[in-house]
Amino acid sequence: MIEFNDAFLIAWHLVAGADARLSGIVMLSLRVSVAATLIACVVGMPIGALLAVGRFPGRRALIVLFNGLMGLPPVVVGLLVYLLLSRAGPLGSFGLLFSPTAMVIAQAVLVTPIVAALTRQVIADEWTEYREQLRSLGASRGRAAATLLWDGRFSLSTAALAGFGRAIAEVGAVMIVGGNIDGVTRVMTTTIALETSKGDLPLALALGGILIVVVLSINAVAYALRGWAERRWG
Amino acid sequence: MSPWLAIDRLSLTEGGTRIIDHASLQLAAQRTVVLGPNGAGKSTLLRLIHGLLHPSGGALNWPRKLTQAMVFQRPVMLRTTALANVIYGLKLKGHATDESRRRAMESLARVGLEQIALRPARLLSGGEQQRVTLARAWALEPELLILDEPTASLDPASSREVERIINEISASGARILMTTHNLGQARRIAEEIVFIDRGRIVEQTPVAQFFKLPQTEAAQRFLKEETP
Amino acid sequence: MISRRQFCSALAACSMLAAAASHAQERFITVSSTTSTEQSGLFGHLLPLFEKASGVKVRVVALGTGQALDMARRGDADVVFVHDKAAEERFISEGFGVRRQEVMYNDFVVIGPKADPAKAAGKDILEGLRRIESAKAPFVSRGDKSGTHAAELRYWKAASVDLDKAKGPWYRDTGSGMGPALNTAASMNAYILADRGTWLSFKNRGDLGVIVEGDTKLFNQYGVILVNPAKHAHVKQADGQKFIDWVVSADGQKAIADYKIGGEQLFFPNATR
Repeated sequence: MIEFNDAFLIAWHLVAGADARLSGIVMLSLRVSVAATLIACVVGMPIGALLAVGRFPGRRALIVLFNGLMGLPPVVVGLLVYLLLSRAGPLGSFGLLFSPTAMVIAQAVLVTPIVAALTRQVIADEWTEYREQLRSLGASRGRAAATLLWDGRFSLSTAALAGFGRAIAEVGAVMIVGGNIDGVTRVMTTTIALETSKGDLPLALALGGILIVVVLSINAVAYALRGWAERRWG
Repeated sequence: MSPWLAIDRLSLTEGGTRIIDHASLQLAAQRTVVLGPNGAGKSTLLRLIHGLLHPSGGALNWPRKLTQAMVFQRPVMLRTTALANVIYGLKLKGHATDESRRRAMESLARVGLEQIALRPARLLSGGEQQRVTLARAWALEPELLILDEPTASLDPASSREVERIINEISASGARILMTTHNLGQARRIAEEIVFIDRGRIVEQTPVAQFFKLPQTEAAQRFLKEETP
Repeated sequence: MISRRQFCSALAACSMLAAAASHAQERFITVSSTTSTEQSGLFGHLLPLFEKASGVKVRVVALGTGQALDMARRGDADVVFVHDKAAEERFISEGFGVRRQEVMYNDFVVIGPKADPAKAAGKDILEGLRRIESAKAPFVSRGDKSGTHAAELRYWKAASVDLDKAKGPWYRDTGSGMGPALNTAASMNAYILADRGTWLSFKNRGDLGVIVEGDTKLFNQYGVILVNPAKHAHVKQADGQKFIDWVVSADGQKAIADYKIGGEQLFFPNATR
């Protein structure tokens, strides 16, 4: 396929030439997805920990719900957030539609269940190991959840990374709530979709390659950090 | 000596199996060791007394509520320093930060670990970790310290160190209730032996007498099998 | 070593900061428009000129004409810039738009395999479509309620082809934008109705070429409408009107005429002032 060669060359030229528009798009992608992941962690991790540790009616149903919501279609999330933020919608007066903030909200909604479900898994494993000791020391379930979240911080980085990967790779939600406005809400995935629809497949492929490299680099750095931290703290 | 705990027909059933079967017992000794074959229900009995498990029948009667701490076979260390692990227990009991820190340091010093107080707890050896859990328990100044086979996964040197600490905790006033597979250790620590088999209390005998001649056949058989 | 409390508060602070930082203030209007104007590169050429003249930034959300009008109906745009006269007039009569002004036209072309198996080539759009239908040659339709889709349906009707009856495997309803539909046509070697601008800037052509062009019926009129502030109070009336005034002004019209791809003019200004 001739396109792969073209794509590689184009990608090389874009990166080597430090293309300003490209770096703007990459930075916006990172900013939006990092912000969404942070929000998802702040919201989703305590939820996941409480689902792992807590004992309350409806807990099992909630676990199934969050596991199911991991497969939430981005387009549906996009549409829901769009209808919420649209001027005619309940949150329309804030004028957030077609802004990076709207994209952060949509991605946070998309990613929170993933972070919560993966966190629950990690914390549930820890809880079986720690449960008796923590209860013996008199930790309430809420306190135990907080302790396990902190104690599982290195393993939980995987949950955060999974969420981030999903956020930065999705196109459906940000396309709808961001509008793919040049210079304002155009991120890597929407640019790729746009170039594909313009029939510029080599450019689209090149951008896709850059996206993959960015995501891989972040994962590699996180993996190295986690390894270092685990050697440091056991 | 009046008992500090009277156990009255205590039972625990799980999935149709009686793990503890109408156990009645008066605990009065300063140091009691629970002996019995594998699966006799030793650990379960300890957990029922500590409140980690709820009995399906019977009652625990405490003449006076005792503050308790428990040490488990496998040390559970949080991913932080040894010191912070000890502080954690104190803070859960509502002690202020400064006070917790001071008491935690003292406690680590008593178990001989003040030098490594700031080392990551998870990277300590098994013996050191178990000493941190003892420091964590001791810092709470419990009136009753429960230990579930605290030296089962330790080498002999570490075991002796843990024994020394248990004796010191006892000397500082805490009652000791523990299980062990090490008969020598039981003989060194216990004042009184409680022997259980298949969830039932078989006998309760002063330590010297138990090791000379147990009152029941089951205990005699146990001693014969366990002694090389 | 950082403590747990420091870590958690830093995390919370970061996420709030990240959420807030992405909400910068600048003077802008939102224009809902069509993929043809955006993807042909016209806006990339026009908007910097307008922004320089007015100091108002223009944010373009490119959709099909139907979606673009719906977006404006919900109040999510200040100005619509689309190409489906009937739909635009309906939009005005419903009270969502203030006034429709014509800006420019471009033309549609029928794209198809260069070998032209249906022998549709020529100047007559209606005859061309009839031949495609009778040959049952593969034809890709946008099927997305866009202006181009609406135009396609009008041409079939004018050519007396009853699509409901004639529809078969040869007629592929893709429900996608101009670019994706062209990608589909290229991979299937099918005929398709496209606007010339998108076609000229389209790269993945395969064996396709222009089959029918030059029929006056193929002219495609663009209109621009200010969303009615009486319906949506937050509409940026002054800046929106400024944009409309500029595109129909002599400067704006000249800028439109100046935009060329490969020496070929794409849009022909014809504003009614």
